[in-house]
Amino acid sequence: MKSICLYFQIHQPFRLKRYRFFNIGADHHYFDDANNEAIIKRIAKNSYIPANNAMLQMIKESNGEFKVAYSISGLALEQLEHYCPEVIDSFKKLAKTGCVEFLAETYAHSFASLRKENKEFEKQVEAHSKKIESLFGQKPTVFRNSELLFCDDMVDRVANMGFAGMLAEGAPQILDWKSPNYVYCSTANQRVKLLLKNCGMSDDIAYRFSDWGWREFPLTADKFANWIMNNPDEQVVNLFMNYEVLGEIQNANTGIFDFFKALPNAAKNRGIRFATPSEVINNNMPTDQISAPHPTTWANATKDLSPWLANTIQNEAFNKLYALTDKVNRCSDKQIIDDWYKLQSTDHLYYMSTSFYNQSFCPYDSPYDAFINYMNVLSDFNKRVDSFFTADISEEELNSLVKEKLALEAELAALKSGKKVSKTETKSETTKKATKETKKVVEEKKVAKETEAKKKTKKTNSK
Amino acid sequence: MKALMFGWEFPPHILGGLGTASYGLIKGMSRHKDIDITLVLPKPRGDEDQSFLKIIAANKVPIVWQEPDSKVLKDSLEGRITTDEYYNFRNCICEDNRYIGTNGIGSVEFSGRYPDNLLEEIRNYEAVAGVVCRSSNFDIIHSHDWLTYDAGVKAKMITGKPLVIHVHATDFDRSRGNVNPTVYNIEKYGMDMADHIITVSNMTRDTVINKYHIDPRKVTTVHNAVTPLSKEILDIKPNNNTGDKIVTFLGRITMQKGPEFFVQAAKQVLDRTPNVRFVMAGGGDKMAEMVDLASAYGIVDRFHFTGFLKGKEVYEMLKSSNLYIMPSVSEPFGISPLEAMQCGVPTIVSKQSGCAEILTKVIKVDFWDIDAMADAIHSIVTNDAFAEHLKVEGKKEVDEIKWEYAGDKVINVYNQVLGYK
Repeated sequence: MKSICLYFQIHQPFRLKRYRFFNIGADHHYFDDANNEAIIKRIAKNSYIPANNAMLQMIKESNGEFKVAYSISGLALEQLEHYCPEVIDSFKKLAKTGCVEFLAETYAHSFASLRKENKEFEKQVEAHSKKIESLFGQKPTVFRNSELLFCDDMVDRVANMGFAGMLAEGAPQILDWKSPNYVYCSTANQRVKLLLKNCGMSDDIAYRFSDWGWREFPLTADKFANWIMNNPDEQVVNLFMNYEVLGEIQNANTGIFDFFKALPNAAKNRGIRFATPSEVINNNMPTDQISAPHPTTWANATKDLSPWLANTIQNEAFNKLYALTDKVNRCSDKQIIDDWYKLQSTDHLYYMSTSFYNQSFCPYDSPYDAFINYMNVLSDFNKRVDSFFTADISEEELNSLVKEKLALEAELAALKSGKKVSKTETKSETTKKATKETKKVVEEKKVAKETEAKKKTKKTNSK
Repeated sequence: MKALMFGWEFPPHILGGLGTASYGLIKGMSRHKDIDITLVLPKPRGDEDQSFLKIIAANKVPIVWQEPDSKVLKDSLEGRITTDEYYNFRNCICEDNRYIGTNGIGSVEFSGRYPDNLLEEIRNYEAVAGVVCRSSNFDIIHSHDWLTYDAGVKAKMITGKPLVIHVHATDFDRSRGNVNPTVYNIEKYGMDMADHIITVSNMTRDTVINKYHIDPRKVTTVHNAVTPLSKEILDIKPNNNTGDKIVTFLGRITMQKGPEFFVQAAKQVLDRTPNVRFVMAGGGDKMAEMVDLASAYGIVDRFHFTGFLKGKEVYEMLKSSNLYIMPSVSEPFGISPLEAMQCGVPTIVSKQSGCAEILTKVIKVDFWDIDAMADAIHSIVTNDAFAEHLKVEGKKEVDEIKWEYAGDKVINVYNQVLGYK
């Protein structure tokens, strides 16, 4: 039986306010609250609320046969909780129907998965899963990456976090002649099943739905279901898109809501059912393997990272940001961690693109404006992180201590795994003791530093 | 197709951007073999490159009948035109120009600059145009900048050939809005009489339409371009021994160029950034005021004035810079940022400059937005990757802005005016 796997993405970044270099060190609030509030409220009103109502109605009317999945970034959830709690409530209602699945992603909608040297990626996915669980009472079992980013390097990490499958773009460079309408598994790790977006049919709805010049205009639910039915013996059609397609990208006047409301019946009449990503993954065996040596994303034309990480300034910003990872992770200041997440959204990089620059929703005049602003914010953030630690220890000293600690930990792990040959056993035991001792010392130093820094920040706060 | 052009400046003797632009444009047009260009100049020095056009020296063209001794004539002409040409011109004198002061061979002595009696020179130049246009055949008249509009109109009146005027600037740019009525009158008359108007940017086009009330259908924008740098200039080595980053303003220090915004931005940056120096290169009537302003801010230890730079010095200055800024209040086009980009210097231009319309790999700020300017300066001098990006991408972009393309567009305008298409 053929199925439709419908999944919607929700993400809104914390857009930065105009932050000049003379604010560095003086102003620690980076975000354009008024604008962010206005945007999320507008989208909630036009899209999220009416769309959620429509979904709820469809689930009820189809007696639970209609199914849908969401991936909501942690930053979007934060903004919704803050500005439009009614949207969260309506998602909770949807969650209770049992026909809705929430997917895992990076909390910050970031490209942390591209950084192999640290555990930022895992940390963010865990933070996101926790948030989803606390809000909707579901533990996500399927993973989707920011911008549907997928490449072989990250598959093991996804598998190690316990996910049975992940979503990806049905990009021509990885599919080649294959159809996206089957379940695949990854070459890099065959335990991970892949659901690939059907680009053509997803974009038919997302971008061409109201295009009068399109050959197939107007698109009706029956026509759409016919296309799926007439596709010879394929398993599943993965329709992945932004939730804003309902009501924002496609205005309510275009009839997009009516199209979706008619879809369950049109599908049922043709023997097509709906399934959530985890159902598809659990009920189907992989047809073949898919390999993605280079990163693929759902970027419109190129299906790669080029809108986010193409020019030198984007790479500069990205590298400067993640150079802070270790330092930030040693901070316990909640405000720093919060801002750290907000600065990681892929949107900030997207605004710096010099080749994709006609986006109406970009808050800047030019990519250079975006870069200047972001780097100013980042240097203030860097200073804050530094000032969290005591001033009498220089950065190099700190880094060397951290390196030492990491090296010792690695050694310890290697020793524990017991792969050492018995000959060196006596020797290794002595080193073990030594490492434990040095580790203690380093930790003590670190704790001392942190407490001192805390005192310092408290002092400055009370001032 | 033969075009008769009227110009005021031509390299190597240039006073502003007009000469450079005329040269580049004509050279760009000349790659079409069927285009034949004759350029009338008030006072050519004889060392102009005439390989792709013919130059007529207005100061050798007789406008009053004289019968000079053949030796005297040969000496006076200085080889700018031949004696045959001289007699040919003399046969075309059809008006009584004796009210104009002329020399022994019946020609006017032009200064070829922008003297105080500029209006008189314009009138005399117009008289010369009356003689020149009768002496030869051509299809179209093309006048560069307001000094030559009257000459172009005169030639049109006499021959009935269509007139194209090229607006390199308007008095609204030069005066920050306090327009000189006499100049406006000349500009307006020229624009009214022209069959077509070419402007160097859309900004100038808007001025022509809104401030001179010209029908938009007869105004076309042809953006300027830039001539590739010679090897000699490319080989100039940067000369910066201070170890500091150098931020440069280069141009006439006049109201139009917005020098005070540069000084104010410098103050903001210097307050917070070490290892930066600012240079204001060029001369002009606002220089003393700027020196005062910099002293009042107490930044003169890191803010330098060079005085007027000429020829190679300009490129030496550019090559030694880490950042070039043109904060012009109103710049019809502005070729100098393109030259900076050719030298691989990151560039900031004001949004009120015509060149901002075609450049994307530069930083654009409003001329009055000192905060944004200071922010951009700070970002470029402190972030090497950013500076490198602007340097590489800027050079790539500017290398694709060629006079050949501008020349093609001008020829399209000619064809349109002549009804060829």
